[in-house]
Amino acid sequence: MIRINNRDEIDWEEGLTVAALLERLRYSYPHIIVTIDGQVVHTEEYESRLIPDGSNVRLIHLIAGG
Amino acid sequence: MSDRNILTEFTYERPTVERGYAGQTLYVDVSDRRVAARPVTAMMKEKFVGGRGFDLWLLWNGVRDTTRWNDPENEIVISTGPCGGTTQYPGSGKSIAVTISPLTGIPIDSNVGGHFGPYLKFAGWDAIEVQGKAEKDVIIYIDGQAGRVTIEEAPADAPTDTHLLGPWLMARYAQSEEDRELTSIVSAGTGAEHALMGCLNFSLYDRRRRALRYKQAGRGGIGTVLRDKKVKAIVVRSPGVSGDANHPADLGRLQATGAEMHREVRTFDDKQNRMRRRGTPYLVQIMDDYDLLPVHNFKFGSHPDTPKINGDVWEARMTQGLPDGCWYGCTVSCAHAVDGFELKTGPYKGEKVIVDGPEYETVAGVGSNCGIFDPDAILEINFYCDTYGIDTISFGTAMAFAMECYEAGILDKDKTGGIDLSFGSAAGALEVLHQMSRGEGFGLIFGLGIRRMQDYFIEHFGADPGFVRDIGMQAKGLEYSEYLTKESLAQQGGYGLTNKGPQHDEAWLIFMDMVNNELPTFEDKAEALHYFPMWRTWFGLCGFCKLPWNDVVDPKNKLTPEPQKIMHHVENYRQIFMGVTGLEITYDDMITMSERVYNFQRVFNIRLGHGLRADDAVPYRSVGPVTVEEYESRAARYDSQLREWLGLDPTTMTVEEKMAAHRKYRQERYEKLIDAVYKRRGWTENGVPTLEKLRALGMDLPEVVAVVEKHL
Repeated sequence: MIRINNRDEIDWEEGLTVAALLERLRYSYPHIIVTIDGQVVHTEEYESRLIPDGSNVRLIHLIAGG
Repeated sequence: MSDRNILTEFTYERPTVERGYAGQTLYVDVSDRRVAARPVTAMMKEKFVGGRGFDLWLLWNGVRDTTRWNDPENEIVISTGPCGGTTQYPGSGKSIAVTISPLTGIPIDSNVGGHFGPYLKFAGWDAIEVQGKAEKDVIIYIDGQAGRVTIEEAPADAPTDTHLLGPWLMARYAQSEEDRELTSIVSAGTGAEHALMGCLNFSLYDRRRRALRYKQAGRGGIGTVLRDKKVKAIVVRSPGVSGDANHPADLGRLQATGAEMHREVRTFDDKQNRMRRRGTPYLVQIMDDYDLLPVHNFKFGSHPDTPKINGDVWEARMTQGLPDGCWYGCTVSCAHAVDGFELKTGPYKGEKVIVDGPEYETVAGVGSNCGIFDPDAILEINFYCDTYGIDTISFGTAMAFAMECYEAGILDKDKTGGIDLSFGSAAGALEVLHQMSRGEGFGLIFGLGIRRMQDYFIEHFGADPGFVRDIGMQAKGLEYSEYLTKESLAQQGGYGLTNKGPQHDEAWLIFMDMVNNELPTFEDKAEALHYFPMWRTWFGLCGFCKLPWNDVVDPKNKLTPEPQKIMHHVENYRQIFMGVTGLEITYDDMITMSERVYNFQRVFNIRLGHGLRADDAVPYRSVGPVTVEEYESRAARYDSQLREWLGLDPTTMTVEEKMAAHRKYRQERYEKLIDAVYKRRGWTENGVPTLEKLRALGMDLPEVVAVVEKHL
């Protein structure tokens, strides 16, 4: 289980990357701050960075509309 | 030009703009054909800054407590602001238009691009206020080159619809290509003569297309007021545009700040929102992906057909490779257009036209919200709304309401005059639009807007009052703009706790709240509903566009303590303001500048008999599921919330019981939010700014205090 944005809990799976998590959540917005247990993950690491089970993941969308 | 029937001529010596101010405003009364110059005082600059601030102050002094939208003393006031007309920083040519709205009965402020506001200032005027009602159609012409303002009778053969009127006026007032570039027009259209949701079109001359383009001051019916005054158009001819036309205090500061921002835009826009290629419709697919795109009158947040109208589609349709900024020097250049679009309906059927846009709000409003997923139909409605002078947001949201009423049996073909208004009926929507232009049929009822349609349907069609009040997406009389708010309490307040009505340019907090969970407490939401509306108000005081603030951002912003505020861009704006005006300000000063005007506007609403807690109510469709269909479409989410929020077991409840539990909880939560926001803003429990707050802001003007004291 991993925790998203200090609220939602979702199932963890072996080999879960940041990119796979964003796809699963349909988080398509291109400008998101990703942290895993407080550590910033840069965009170029999304495909390779694995998310450990039990992580606290923050996915902060920087979008403020029209 | 020999047929110009000049009713009034006023000559003036054009002042030099100094540090962003011309130092005077232009007053035009079309009833008694009077033109006058009025000074910009030090008090006005200190307390109201410019733009929306100047507009509201001038309007306040022009009207009475009892003035209604169609009384002669109502005014249309337009101003850009001290930084308006800056060419070194993107998005620095905005104007704000203000009037007492036909839809709401309180001041509406609507921001708009195009060249008019800066040209007006360079012609010697920080603002224009138009009062009175002419007997016959008139044109107000401000010739900043000659130093002359005229009120002229419009010939009987002058067109009214903007796409015809614009070229007609250009032929009349601008003989050379240079003159066309220096001329800008404000106009409405035939629809604005018959509907309360009329918009203003602000022109810009597109050098590459050698054609007029238009941006819209859409919200609140300002175009309706223009035509009620029998003003066909306001035309300004600027003496010129240059990089130092504002005579800024420190031009180098503007150049350095602008250069860095242009670099950010060039470097990151293609990887982020692609504003330079598709403009605001980039949002369509994103909103759908997050279940936030309004579908079928805000019932749902997504639809399988959204890819037919998403940003990819519009990028392919919009002409690429043109510098589509709505003011000079804007590298974000999001003001795109579809060229050579052939109209299929209406009086201009067969003509090939430029369609300005579509913007996100239009695609979502007249598209998904009405169940219309045909790009050609969206373009057709977009074009006709613009040329008829109709606000696409109010049209889309009101049409979605009418369509739901049609599907619920409140309307039928007998009541619409044979028009099918099922969701997805583009032909029906277009026919209503054409009726609005002609002033006939169901179009006349529709043009009254949702609030009056609700009353009409209850009184004449026997509609269930509770149902139409629940599903009619209006607050304060203004139709909602196009975002689903059911799962974001903060954004319910972002719409409901506005001064003018539910328009997203005050606060847009859906992602911070619903997705990011950055505002978990009432106090967090209240803080956001203080800071962001004040920050966004600041743009409208100064002449800035909001988009370069947060639609393209250097990724380094991720590492800052408050990334949502994008403080390195806030710093840019501070630098530009100081560079133009020579006034040194802090970040706190920027918020205080806005608070002064924001609280003044709240008091203005109260003065006109509104602006209290009861006026901040929102329709239940914006808060939770109204119908069983809605509930069941997201049953897993709603059932889970019953368990988590209320400790209820949904398996033992009927759908109606579950919906009732949600309604009670969600409505109580909204009231708690109001309490928290009022407290943060320094207002009483009834939404009245306290004397203490007004004194702290320096806004305890005697006339302001006199209004407030009646409610304390």
